[in-house]
Amino acid sequence: MSWSPGRKQENHKISRELFVLTYGALVAQLCKDYEKDEEVNTCLDKMGYSIGVRLIDDFLARSSVKKCRSYSETADMIAQVAFKTYLGVTPSVSCSSAAGNEFSLILDKNPLVEFVEELPAERASLCYCNLLCGVIRGALEMVHLAAEVTFLQDRLKGDAVTEIGITFLRKPEDRKYKRS
Amino acid sequence: MADEALFLLLHSEMVAGLYRAAELGEGENGRCTTKLESMGFRVGQGLIERFTKDTARFKDELDIMKFICKDFWTTVFKKQIDNLRTNHQGIYVLQDNKFRLLTQMSAGKQYLEHAPKYLAFTCGLIRGGLSNLGIKSIVTAEVSSMPACK
Repeated sequence: MSWSPGRKQENHKISRELFVLTYGALVAQLCKDYEKDEEVNTCLDKMGYSIGVRLIDDFLARSSVKKCRSYSETADMIAQVAFKTYLGVTPSVSCSSAAGNEFSLILDKNPLVEFVEELPAERASLCYCNLLCGVIRGALEMVHLAAEVTFLQDRLKGDAVTEIGITFLRKPEDRKYKRS
Repeated sequence: MADEALFLLLHSEMVAGLYRAAELGEGENGRCTTKLESMGFRVGQGLIERFTKDTARFKDELDIMKFICKDFWTTVFKKQIDNLRTNHQGIYVLQDNKFRLLTQMSAGKQYLEHAPKYLAFTCGLIRGGLSNLGIKSIVTAEVSSMPACK
């Protein structure tokens, strides 16, 4: 079989579609297992957390980025490098608080919902992409940055864009960084 | 590729999550495997559709199996099936000596009893793909020594 460049890109797309389809099947299965939306959301968040704590190792190994010196650098790193590497999209970052510890990532195009048209009526408060929140939270915690991550806006629920809000809870402890 | 890492992690998390939930409930292992297999089935159906959009029609069953072993497996697991055997009467054995979903687990007999859980999704994937190509099938997996599986 000859591998023309077009074919390679197609394969890349298919790998991503595999992930998106698997995620969809997972959410569908969870909806079957749990009746309440909050339970499904919590389950997705927990799974995302476990994935995040492992993904951060892969991310750091793959991208060899330097230590981030501020919350805004961290948020930029997540948006421009991590999202780009794993999901192929680059959300825009905006700081939404004077204290400088609340940020929003705004996604125009969310690859996870590529095959989803709309949420079913009985699942109106389902956060379809809650896994992403868990992943970001888990990954940040592994670099000693506690944060709360939630969805502020969701295109599936009728908003214009998908917005993820990250609130950093504590200052990073310098001592821990110096040790490593 | 980065996508691979994401998929591997999601898959292991799915398996762990489903089994954890089952333990808290009635604790029926068989049901979890069925759930995983049916998830794989759905994904396989969708994936094979996207994948074979532009490829030529398949001549026969053997052609389809070769497609699964080469192109499909390469796209999903980044390598080809190492060995395909058949008895020309409808039974095919695909052997992968370094199955990606198992390489991270162990390299021998350790954790052998946990291996089937991780193969259920892939069995479903193959069954779904074949079903959308017009073949009804039963797919089973066997692991005698990690990370090789049949």
